[in-house]
Amino acid sequence: VTNLASSVPPIVADIPKPITIRTERSRSDRTYRGLAWGAGSGTLILLFAIGLFLLVYALPAFRSQGWSFFTRTGFNTEGAHPAFGVASALYGTIVIAVIALFIALPVSLGSALFISEVAPRTLFRFIPFKQMLTALVDLMAAVPSVIYGLWGFFILQPREAGIARWLSAHFGWIPIFSVQSPIFTSSAFIAGTIVGIMIMPIITSLSREVFSLTPVSDKEGALALGASRATMVRRVVLPFGKGGLVGATMLGLGRALGETVAVSIIISLSFAISPHILEGRANSIAALIALRFGYGGKALGIPALLAIGLVLFMFTLMVNVIASWIVESQRRRSR
Amino acid sequence: MTDLLQSPWVATPSSETPGGPSDQQEPVEPDRFRPKNFSASDVGWLAGTLACSLAVVWGLFSQLTLLSGPFGFLVCWVGLFLALYWFVNLQVHDRLVATDRLVTAVVVVTAGAMLTPLVLITGYVFVKGWHLLSLHAFTHDQKGVLEFCPSGTRCVSAGVAHAIVGTLEQAAIAAVIGVPIGILTAVFVNEVRGGRLTQRVQKTVRVVVTAMSGVPSIVAGIFIYAVWVSSQQGLGMGFSGFAGSLALAVMLLPSVTRGTEEVLKVVHNDLREAAQALGSHEWRTVWSVVLPTARSGVITAVLLGIARIVGETAPLLVTIFGNTILNSDPLHGPQQALPLLVYEQVKLPLASAVSLGFMAALVLYLMVFVLFVLARLLGGVRVKGGLRYRRRTPMETEMVLAAAEGVRGGEFT
Repeated sequence: VTNLASSVPPIVADIPKPITIRTERSRSDRTYRGLAWGAGSGTLILLFAIGLFLLVYALPAFRSQGWSFFTRTGFNTEGAHPAFGVASALYGTIVIAVIALFIALPVSLGSALFISEVAPRTLFRFIPFKQMLTALVDLMAAVPSVIYGLWGFFILQPREAGIARWLSAHFGWIPIFSVQSPIFTSSAFIAGTIVGIMIMPIITSLSREVFSLTPVSDKEGALALGASRATMVRRVVLPFGKGGLVGATMLGLGRALGETVAVSIIISLSFAISPHILEGRANSIAALIALRFGYGGKALGIPALLAIGLVLFMFTLMVNVIASWIVESQRRRSR
Repeated sequence: MTDLLQSPWVATPSSETPGGPSDQQEPVEPDRFRPKNFSASDVGWLAGTLACSLAVVWGLFSQLTLLSGPFGFLVCWVGLFLALYWFVNLQVHDRLVATDRLVTAVVVVTAGAMLTPLVLITGYVFVKGWHLLSLHAFTHDQKGVLEFCPSGTRCVSAGVAHAIVGTLEQAAIAAVIGVPIGILTAVFVNEVRGGRLTQRVQKTVRVVVTAMSGVPSIVAGIFIYAVWVSSQQGLGMGFSGFAGSLALAVMLLPSVTRGTEEVLKVVHNDLREAAQALGSHEWRTVWSVVLPTARSGVITAVLLGIARIVGETAPLLVTIFGNTILNSDPLHGPQQALPLLVYEQVKLPLASAVSLGFMAALVLYLMVFVLFVLARLLGGVRVKGGLRYRRRTPMETEMVLAAAEGVRGGEFT
């Protein structure tokens, strides 16, 4: 061994030192980088600007009401003693969004499972069925909200009022289904239904995407062990896609919280916080802004609307960031 | 004990008729039953269950009238059908199969429930608006339209030209502002290579863009109102189509960025490295290699984004204010837009106003639909040189095969 080592000539230490190559970007590349940085940071600044400007312009409203802005229910912005708050509008927004989720979630979950697990890829060997379903779901997400509102107002509302009457007659002993006055149109229930129909495609397409990421080997393994398709879905697909489903639901919730036009076509405003969802009065921040905006207002009308807009902005931002974080971590885990 | 030893897959001689000698020598494997196997008798059971539950519910409805209305009828029918279907499969097959069939049926029913509103809404808008469409509607605005037309006077019927012009202008300006910034932002997030600071900023921008895509449209509207329109605090530019475009651009930007980024991620890194190895500048790599590769995906993202903002009502409500006469100047004075027209007209207690709203709704729906179909068609092949080619449908495969056959047969020479 020593013999071999001695036969190797010693390494000569005249290896040239590594040269550091300094590249200078050309002017065109610097322009390109500048533009890209500008666009990126511009987008960044825009979001902060929205929050900041809303806060600054809403300050008079916050100053006049103090902390009671968050607890007061009425919305009287005129006169010598304006008294308004976000409480009832925020409560109404959440009620409508929760009703929407109650309606949208089971349907979306089923549809997502149908598209990803049950539907054949082609029908009669030439209709690309799955692709068609995905396209239809996307189209449903693209239909303008004002058209949903139109349909909800003229078609859904009269029919759903009948359901509401039936519910209150037979299940009136449950507090949320009881009514004080027998007017069943323009209620949070109907607004929630139409918003639920609007967020169905969003939840469906996102959760379908997550379900389709389930490793095929896991699914086939379950089937090979003798599981039926229902068992396979329950034991493999659903546990895998749970996070994605939660994230998709949160994104749908974010959309439901901010829905304006369809809600404002249907509801009639009321500032009482009541648990009776079937009654013909409801409230929502976005709809309140849309409906009250035309009033203009001399003193605090606009700042008050900007203030509740800021609350909505912060609330949806929070929901969306949490949602996208969940979806993103789910995607990363599946890679 | 012998029962246990007998494998379920081996035909037992005792159960067979003794006439068949071949059965005894080589045991015939009985059909393995899989819940997926859906035989003709299963179809029969399904149809029978459907008919039976329909008959029962119909009988209950017409005889006892527990409930009223088509919705209640449908709910009862579906509920009874599911219960019956489970029970029938339990009797015919076993519990495993019954549960599987029940879950499948539930899933199919929910998918149907999901697509029903789409069909109903589309049908409703077409039925209500189709017969109102006329050339007159596309060339006239609401000028001189009386709310109550006294008998004896000559009534002017309204059109939606002002709203169409407004929508097209606002969407175009919003696209001109939002699309380049959106694509550049996506390029910044995905293509710019840099140090730790750059990476951190990129990560933040990505989060911010996601957050922005969830900002309620009314918030974007009141933001532009406060900064641009209002004279109390903002710049005091007044209501105009341009203000609406700004609000729409705020909505458009994140959707374009997210769509573009999704496609840029799929572009193969080899292409970028090849371009750099050939000595191209960074901007050349992006402009001549990456973006052309991702072209169809970017176009899809842009068109879908525009389809979405065309239908936005809330931000326009507080920025363009609405108008009854044609104002083709987007920079000055209130403008009208299709969704806003629909929103304003349908709540008026006038039949003529409501029908004008329905016509505008149909025009709006058609606009969105055309944009959507264009986006789908142009986005068929996702990324050239990237990962995702669209899978051929069997019909296309057959066409290709037939074409190849034709070439071989000398038809196309």
